[in-house]
Amino acid sequence: MTINVIETDGFLNVAVVGEMTIYNVSEQKNKLIDFLSSAIELQVDLSAVTEIDSAGLQLLLWLKQEASNLKLVNHSQAVVNVFQLLNLAMYFGDPIVLSSHWKTS
Amino acid sequence: MSDFGAALDIFTQETEELLAQMEDGLLVLEDDAHNVESINNVFRAMHTIKGTSGLFGLDEVVAFSHEVESVLDKIRHGECVIEAKLISILLNCKDHTASLIKYCLSHESEELTETLRAIGIALITQLTSLSGSDLPTSLVNSEAELESASVFSIESHQVIDDNWFITLKFRQNALRNGIDPLSFINYLGQCGQIREIQTLTPDLPPSLEFDPETCYLEFNIIFHSALEKQEIADIFEFAEDDCDIRIIPPNSKIEQYLNLLKEQEPDSHGDIEKLGEMLVNIGALTHNEVTNALRQQDFICHQESMIPKPLGEILVELQFAEQPVVAQALLKQQGVRDKTVAESNYIRVDSAKLGQIINLVGELVISGAAMRLLVERYGLSDVEEVAVGMNELVSEIRDTALKLRMVAIGETFSRFRRIVRDVGNELDKQIELVITGGETELDKTVVEKINDPLTHLIRNALDHGIERPAQRVAADKPAQGTVHLNAYHDSGHIVIQVADDGAGLNSDKILAKALAQGLVSADQELSRQEIFNLIFEAGLSTKEQANNLSGRGVGMDVVRRNIELLRGTVNLDSIEGRGTTVTIRLPLTLAIIDGFMVETEGERYIIPLSMIEECVELNAEEWQIDSIHHYINLRGEVLPYLRLGDYFHDRSRHCQSNGHRESLVVVKFGQAKVGLVVDQLHGEHQTVIKPLGQVFEQLQGISGATVLGNGEVALILDVQALIQYAVKPKGTNGHTLAH
Repeated sequence: MTINVIETDGFLNVAVVGEMTIYNVSEQKNKLIDFLSSAIELQVDLSAVTEIDSAGLQLLLWLKQEASNLKLVNHSQAVVNVFQLLNLAMYFGDPIVLSSHWKTS
Repeated sequence: MSDFGAALDIFTQETEELLAQMEDGLLVLEDDAHNVESINNVFRAMHTIKGTSGLFGLDEVVAFSHEVESVLDKIRHGECVIEAKLISILLNCKDHTASLIKYCLSHESEELTETLRAIGIALITQLTSLSGSDLPTSLVNSEAELESASVFSIESHQVIDDNWFITLKFRQNALRNGIDPLSFINYLGQCGQIREIQTLTPDLPPSLEFDPETCYLEFNIIFHSALEKQEIADIFEFAEDDCDIRIIPPNSKIEQYLNLLKEQEPDSHGDIEKLGEMLVNIGALTHNEVTNALRQQDFICHQESMIPKPLGEILVELQFAEQPVVAQALLKQQGVRDKTVAESNYIRVDSAKLGQIINLVGELVISGAAMRLLVERYGLSDVEEVAVGMNELVSEIRDTALKLRMVAIGETFSRFRRIVRDVGNELDKQIELVITGGETELDKTVVEKINDPLTHLIRNALDHGIERPAQRVAADKPAQGTVHLNAYHDSGHIVIQVADDGAGLNSDKILAKALAQGLVSADQELSRQEIFNLIFEAGLSTKEQANNLSGRGVGMDVVRRNIELLRGTVNLDSIEGRGTTVTIRLPLTLAIIDGFMVETEGERYIIPLSMIEECVELNAEEWQIDSIHHYINLRGEVLPYLRLGDYFHDRSRHCQSNGHRESLVVVKFGQAKVGLVVDQLHGEHQTVIKPLGQVFEQLQGISGATVLGNGEVALILDVQALIQYAVKPKGTNGHTLAH
């Protein structure tokens, strides 16, 4: 699990790579908490999230609550599935771009 | 709100009229969908209700009627087509509005019950999905791009009749215990259709306190499926320990339950079904919910008051079942009860004849067992079938024969009304006698013998227990005292409780008295329970002044002796200032029991089946046997154990685990549990209790004997005595062997 950071004028682009599961949410939270205070706008790139479980989802919900200006971008299929299951896309309010191999369910 | 009294009356009347108008209008629309006037009428009715409700501050009504109104508005403007489905939902909405108003008026400034709220949400979902409007969601509220959002909105535009409402509140440790809420919801989605789901995190703490491994998730799910309640509950079976689950059935289900209840015929035996059983049978409750509710009832009974709360109330309180269903079930139960009473025709029979029948049945049971043995020995498979059938019949005859002697205890109980009234007058006390569980049955011979001890206990409660009205008022209690007589069945026993809400007993005082009279020595350490039970020792009375009713210190020891003669026990518990409860446990019958046969060191023993919790294999490593103090670790629980071989035989003959596998039979009596170590398990056995001769009366741990099919004798274990022996600390009382 890694978190890649690109910063431009207080705009932070954070990319989460790998799993967001109970096994590594603690670690991820500790890394993300630093960005919360420093960034004007926090953009989280979810394109490389391979797996997300309830703990990972909860981490995103927490980010949404904490960050004044949170943007989730490039949702991976795993994230989209969970958002769809729980009908959370509207809550996060970020546009979700569907990939070409989107399967209709 | 009381100033509005008159206005409120008008309001209720008006809304009633409006709702009736709305209903009429809807019914007209059912026949003529284009009747503009009716559409307008219906809309106006809802609109007015919304307006006037707002005037009286009935916010919940306003919120709900607003949703309905906006749908009606669409219909009025032709944006939405009115059809049968929509009309029936609107009719439900009308009913719901009525119940909302009624609730709000009777429960000023209170939160809605979850049931009402759930019905409201369900109705609105149905309504909006039919009318094709956007969903009002309490969680989702952002300026999202509609394009993307619409992908995720509920798959609507389908006919929705009726939905389950499920709330899941996961406990904090759920994630750590390996529960992944998402996987359950995923699975739920496969079992039906999730119509609407809300993800809630009301307890999600701010920044630093947030622990990502703690679970803060809660879900409200509107679920459409043909599954039954139990089946839905089974989906979440693995999460049960880490999640509070509420499953609220759809309206149509409630109706279905009510119909089922109405149709259900009482079974042929005329037995009165228990409330829990009834509701499980029609599918309104899951087994787990009944167990939970019963546990809760037990808990309340022990914690708060001595008087148990009716199960129905608890079920509704915990929202396991819906008020109308429970009410209907109770009504049904009462109906059956009345019917049984009305239909009872009695024949007077000489009780000696009954005794004879029971004796004969006993012999029949023994010969049946003998025959089965022979059939097994000669391997006659065709005869076996017949033998099995016959055995079943014999056991049924046995049960019925025993029931012949069973009488409800209620009659005995109600005799005490007179005593309570008379004694109350004599002592200048106001006392009410509450009787519950009067329909509990037990053997006629036991009833006759329990009468005297009960009379004594009640007199005690009246005299010692209940205070004078003035004292009671001073102690912040109602002037009228209550004596509660209760009876129920518990693992093959009947439990009779005599509870009062009087002064209670002071354990220090009892201990001091007992010390003064030399009943106990100063260095003995006694538990609270043991101290209270000193009351049953001869010569102990805490009442300073004796009178003609009670208080001379004779009596309680007689009570105990009488009960012990019936192979029962008596216990006393008391909270000072709150009251005293005396609990008597008696075996249901004295003649035949379902036994479980075990063998150790070549001897066969019978353990009453009703007292057995479980049988497990005794494995030295797994159970961490403490062979000095005789404790083992049964799945984390400290369990005292007793080797039957050691207890009944000479120790020297016993050689430690000579290769064979030993089994542990866990027996339970009241709260106490003990493991009995035996060599072999032989399985269930119908046991006719034969008394032992006088010579053996002093034997500890044996309550009788029985004749086996092959003519051998097996001893019936007195589990209660064995438990008492096993839980006593070893070394202090030596090894009182029964040779």
